[in-house]
Amino acid sequence: MAVTTNTYATPVRSFALPKIRTKHVIMVIYLAFMLIPIYWLFKMSLQTNREIMSGFTLWPQNPTLDNYRTILTDRSWYIGYINSITYVVMNTVLSLAVALPAAYAFSRYRFLGDKHLFFWLLTNRMAPPAVFALPFFQLYSSVGLFDTHIAVALAHTLFNVPLAVWILEGFMRGVPKEIDETAYIDGYSFPKFFVKIFMPLIASGIGVAAFFCFMFSWVELLLSRTLTAVNAQPITSIMTRTVGASGIDWGVLAAAGILTIVPGALVIYFVRNYIAKGFALGRV
Amino acid sequence: MDKIQNNKAWFLVLPVLVLVAFSAVIPLMTVVNYSVQDTFGNNVFFWEGLGWFQEVLTSKQVHSAFGRQLMFSGLILAIQIPLGILIALSMPKKGFWASVCLVLMALPLLIPWNVVGTIWQILGRADIGLLGYTLDALNINFNYSRNPVHAWIIVVTMDVWHWTSLVALLAYAGLQSIPQAYYQAAKIDQASRWKVFRYIELPKMQGVLLIAILLRFIDSFMIYTEPFVVTGGGPGTATSFLSIDLVKMALGQFDLGPAAAFSIMYFLVILLVSWVFYTVMTNLDKAEGR
Repeated sequence: MAVTTNTYATPVRSFALPKIRTKHVIMVIYLAFMLIPIYWLFKMSLQTNREIMSGFTLWPQNPTLDNYRTILTDRSWYIGYINSITYVVMNTVLSLAVALPAAYAFSRYRFLGDKHLFFWLLTNRMAPPAVFALPFFQLYSSVGLFDTHIAVALAHTLFNVPLAVWILEGFMRGVPKEIDETAYIDGYSFPKFFVKIFMPLIASGIGVAAFFCFMFSWVELLLSRTLTAVNAQPITSIMTRTVGASGIDWGVLAAAGILTIVPGALVIYFVRNYIAKGFALGRV
Repeated sequence: MDKIQNNKAWFLVLPVLVLVAFSAVIPLMTVVNYSVQDTFGNNVFFWEGLGWFQEVLTSKQVHSAFGRQLMFSGLILAIQIPLGILIALSMPKKGFWASVCLVLMALPLLIPWNVVGTIWQILGRADIGLLGYTLDALNINFNYSRNPVHAWIIVVTMDVWHWTSLVALLAYAGLQSIPQAYYQAAKIDQASRWKVFRYIELPKMQGVLLIAILLRFIDSFMIYTEPFVVTGGGPGTATSFLSIDLVKMALGQFDLGPAAAFSIMYFLVILLVSWVFYTVMTNLDKAEGR
């Protein structure tokens, strides 16, 4: 009733409103679609297994942090997070360290076979991990790296190094070449110029590249599961083995899932202003 | 930008080359090696020629997996690309709410893939999951572990949930780079909303959309973890895509020869598609003088 009178009272606005509303409605529906499954996991993580199985509720009746306590005090659980973080950080540092000079070369110089090399690098981003699972297993077993963090970190460079080169090259192309030339005239050596002048200029690019390396290494399961057994087992792999004698403990599983979302959410929050720029280069 | 011809740049690329050679070339050569040999164990191999390739190429199981894979990737592209564009057009352009949308939308992208699987596995269950319970209350007997159609619905919905944001974020970034002057010119010409989209926004998004299509095609073509967790490839073989079949063959049954031949052909298909897209993209870049 009130709405109708309002439309009649302000005919000018009634033209503008529907358009804005459709956009808002679409966005609200989409964000709800994004968040409801995550909420559901969160809800379950606050319930005991008995409560989950005994009846259907939209929110926890007796919220409890027991599931989180279980994970954070049981070494066989929390070690998984430490293992995951360890190889993800190793991989990110390694990928960036080799990708930085290579991206500089691609953005500044023409050299023999550069285009082929660039495409070949990209093909590794496109390689199905399933193809590499078995050969990786054999390769790292034969050099004695099986079940170590470095093995997973090295395996993940397969797709992260090409990605980092691709993203960084895009950012470096945006830096005028005159800056390099001026620095050389001023007597800077290449390494000094690169670290002191060039890297600060593309700091946001390095941030974006690090973000994507972190992300793709963090979410991957197949390779990290194949290459580890006990000592370097990632949390994602531990989660797939929660079937106990009395069936699955859904509450603990949900809590473990929520805890794997936390690092990602933190990283997104810190790079939120750069994400759009990173995507703008279209290099994910 | 004019680049300088300098072959010494190879020294800068060398670390990448060594690393990728170790983590890509050596394993790939192992695969090639296996694909043409047979073994009775004990590390004794003998020459098999192209036998494995023939076996894989004529295998009904591989054919049907390939068909399912094409259908899955096709569905994913048909849903996610238009939806992603729609979401990008609906997003706030700047300010606090734009940041909120960005962060919330990016969230599914950073969830480990098996957790994504777990989330939807739970959500679809009739006893403890919201989706399954609601459908059950509506008298729809939803059971993704029995009914192949339901299994497909849950796997596709999961992928839409997981990856549409990537398309949306790419398209959004493409939209952000359109200068305001274009819109003002369209306003003066009294162009309709559709015409603005068709002749300004779509052409300007062309580049990023191509990348979005490429990435979504490739990633959906090698999907493994999510359907593995939710349906395990079942019921029967209803949702066992190429990667699931391959892992079963290579790590489950240790059929090294067929698995290797399969791997090589699988990789070649992906390479071919990537190459086509890459060529189109570089030509577009050239046409725009970038």
